Amino acid sequence: MAEQFHTLVVRVENKPGVLARVSGLFARRGFNIQSLAVAPTDNELFSRLTIVVDAESAPMEQIVKQLDKLINVVRIQELSPNDSVSRELILATVNLSEGTEDNIMREIESFDANVLSVGDKKIMVSLSGHPDVINEFETVLEKYGIVEVQRTGIVALATIAQ
Amino acid sequence: MKTNGGKALMKSLEAQGVEIVFGLPGGAILPAYDPLIDSSIRHVLVRHEQGAGHMAEGYAHATGLPGVAIVTSGPAATNMVTPLADAMLDSVPLVCITGQVASGAIGSDAFQECDTTGITMAVTKHNFLVAEASEIPQVIHDAFHIATTGRPGPVLVDIPKDLVDANNPVSHFDDYEPSGHDLPGYSPIQKPDHASVLEAAELIFQSDRPIIYSGGGILKARAAEQLRELAELLDIHVVTTLMNRGGFPDDHPLALGMPGMHGNYTAVTAIQESDLLITLGARFDDRVTGKVDEFAPNAKVIHADIDPAEFNKVRSANVSIQGDVGQTITELIKALKQLSETKDHPDRSAWKSQISGWKERFPLVYDDWQQGEGLKPQYVIEQLRDNTPDDTIVASGVGQHQMWASQFWKFNHPYTWINSGGLGTMGFAVPAAIGAKAGKPDRMVWAIDGDGCFQMTNQELVTARLENFPVKIAVLNNGYLGMVRQWQELFYDERYSEVHLQPDLPDYKKLAEAMGCVGIRVESPEEVKPAIDQANEINDRPVVIDFRTEASENVYPMVPAGKSNSDVIVHPSQGND
Ligand SMILES: Cc1ncc(C[n+]2csc(CCOP(=O)(O)OP(=O)(O)O)c2C)c(N)n1
Ligand SMILES: [Mg+2]
Repeated sequence: MAEQFHTLVVRVENKPGVLARVSGLFARRGFNIQSLAVAPTDNELFSRLTIVVDAESAPMEQIVKQLDKLINVVRIQELSPNDSVSRELILATVNLSEGTEDNIMREIESFDANVLSVGDKKIMVSLSGHPDVINEFETVLEKYGIVEVQRTGIVALATIAQ
Repeated sequence: MKTNGGKALMKSLEAQGVEIVFGLPGGAILPAYDPLIDSSIRHVLVRHEQGAGHMAEGYAHATGLPGVAIVTSGPAATNMVTPLADAMLDSVPLVCITGQVASGAIGSDAFQECDTTGITMAVTKHNFLVAEASEIPQVIHDAFHIATTGRPGPVLVDIPKDLVDANNPVSHFDDYEPSGHDLPGYSPIQKPDHASVLEAAELIFQSDRPIIYSGGGILKARAAEQLRELAELLDIHVVTTLMNRGGFPDDHPLALGMPGMHGNYTAVTAIQESDLLITLGARFDDRVTGKVDEFAPNAKVIHADIDPAEFNKVRSANVSIQGDVGQTITELIKALKQLSETKDHPDRSAWKSQISGWKERFPLVYDDWQQGEGLKPQYVIEQLRDNTPDDTIVASGVGQHQMWASQFWKFNHPYTWINSGGLGTMGFAVPAAIGAKAGKPDRMVWAIDGDGCFQMTNQELVTARLENFPVKIAVLNNGYLGMVRQWQELFYDERYSEVHLQPDLPDYKKLAEAMGCVGIRVESPEEVKPAIDQANEINDRPVVIDFRTEASENVYPMVPAGKSNSDVIVHPSQGND
């Protein structure tokens, strides 16, 4: 991932409209979002957002402080690539033909991806891993012709301090 | 004890100490207007919801208490968007209650439905859509807390009709007293960090050319006294932004007045030439900085603000201090006194005499009135200033008249100047003056308004007459959208595009009279003072004076948009090189 992308892990109150507040803030202040993932937490009162932001669009300090002003935002953690792990999941349906089938299967195996569904002319695969690996995998699949693809966006956690 | 949402709403407002609300009823808020009859709260019935919002703002500006507006759903809520945005940009504590269609109808494009919380998300500090009647006491409690603490701002509470309808079982619940706030994401920091304060004090001791750049945060924090103490302790000059006029007395020898696009030469230039900006509750607005890259190029910056998002947003700070600016100044004074036991300030006499030199050479001036011309607007303001009590509250609209009012009035007390700074909302003056009078009934309240602005909200004078708020309105009637005309004259080769109003239409005197006010027309300089005296004597109804002012008059000094403050254009008589 290029360096201008920063990952924010944001704990928000699980209130209606909270996602609109966050995305509205980014839109009106011209902060660019690269990806956004939302999920419940172990506590039903809170949700967790993983936001990958483009720090070229605005200084990180501004992005974090403006976000922090939202009443429903409880905590913001800025994860540096060195002290965190990030993962992403890709689902893709790819064209299959007699000439390419063996190659595709080899690629799938080398990435340790899963085959979820197979037809005569198409195959659906999934892979979860570091976003760089997912990018690589997607590039490989593109060679065979992607019919449909869906990526989840990045989720991340701080690594455990030793 | 059982209660219902409508009753609970009134009780919750009373519990917050609300004495007066500004509003106008309609379908969705109707059930809440019934328990209002039995409430101790005074309701002021406005003629347009925007008026309710600006009245609530005027009330908040004048008193420091949160202003409250209550309106219905849909078009009433959208009419409230401008005052909310205004309050957001000027950090005015406001609580706005809007009716919403019944819970079951939300999302169905019901009659007078609009997505009020969605629409106002960007123009409120926070907003709530009440989901259950039993939330009402807690939500109102939270709304006032959010509006009035930290950086103040507007909070909107949207309440579906069924939840306040006593006849609807869903509005019924067991009454309770809210205690505390469950707002895990909201804990504004009041107390300044000691180390940063010390660092700021050190910087001040190192500075040869310091200046205090004070903004609206001083008034919000009720810190005018502390500001004065700091300035006197250090013997450092103070500029007061448009939002802090009155926050430092203009008759003080250290006062430099307003900086910025139409600031006076000395305030603008002292900032520009300074080596240290002691920034207190100000936010480096573009109207103050001009071209940011060339703003105060040799100055280090101390930035004290309640809102940390203001730090390094426009101008990076050498020391930033988050917290209540009043507490910050108090701590800073302590630190400075302590340091002064072992240290001396540099000799700043050269800097001070430079400042007094500018003051002497570039006072605010205007040309003498010539026979055949309209009144000099600056003269009208000076006459108003000199013939009203020192603590008169002045509300203004937006335009040339606003700049002249800020320049030529002498604000010697805090909370005497009420205007729309951040949003620049035409039409602010009349309702804001009414709100101020509602909050400070014993004070004289004048609005200095433009003819363009006046035509946007003058209908609230009917409200003022009927509700007995005897405000006085000075319309500086130049027959133009004057500020825009000035820009077209100076930057568009005098190609005037859609800026001419018509000084005789409406007939302001008759219009005033039609609304139950006294109307006076003033066309010559010798009539100015008598008219003001006459208006000051009238206390049973509002007065409107139609001052026929000179259309070609321009506001000076001026820093053209996007230009450096060093390129300030002074009045032609003072020579521009
Ligand atoms: C609601 C709104 N619309 C437009 C403007 C742009 N604007 C700024 S000043 C001004 C002219 C105001 O005219 P008037 O009230 O007569 O004041 P003057 O400048 O003549 O003193 C206009 C149109 C604004 N600030 N607010
Ligand atoms: Mg005008």
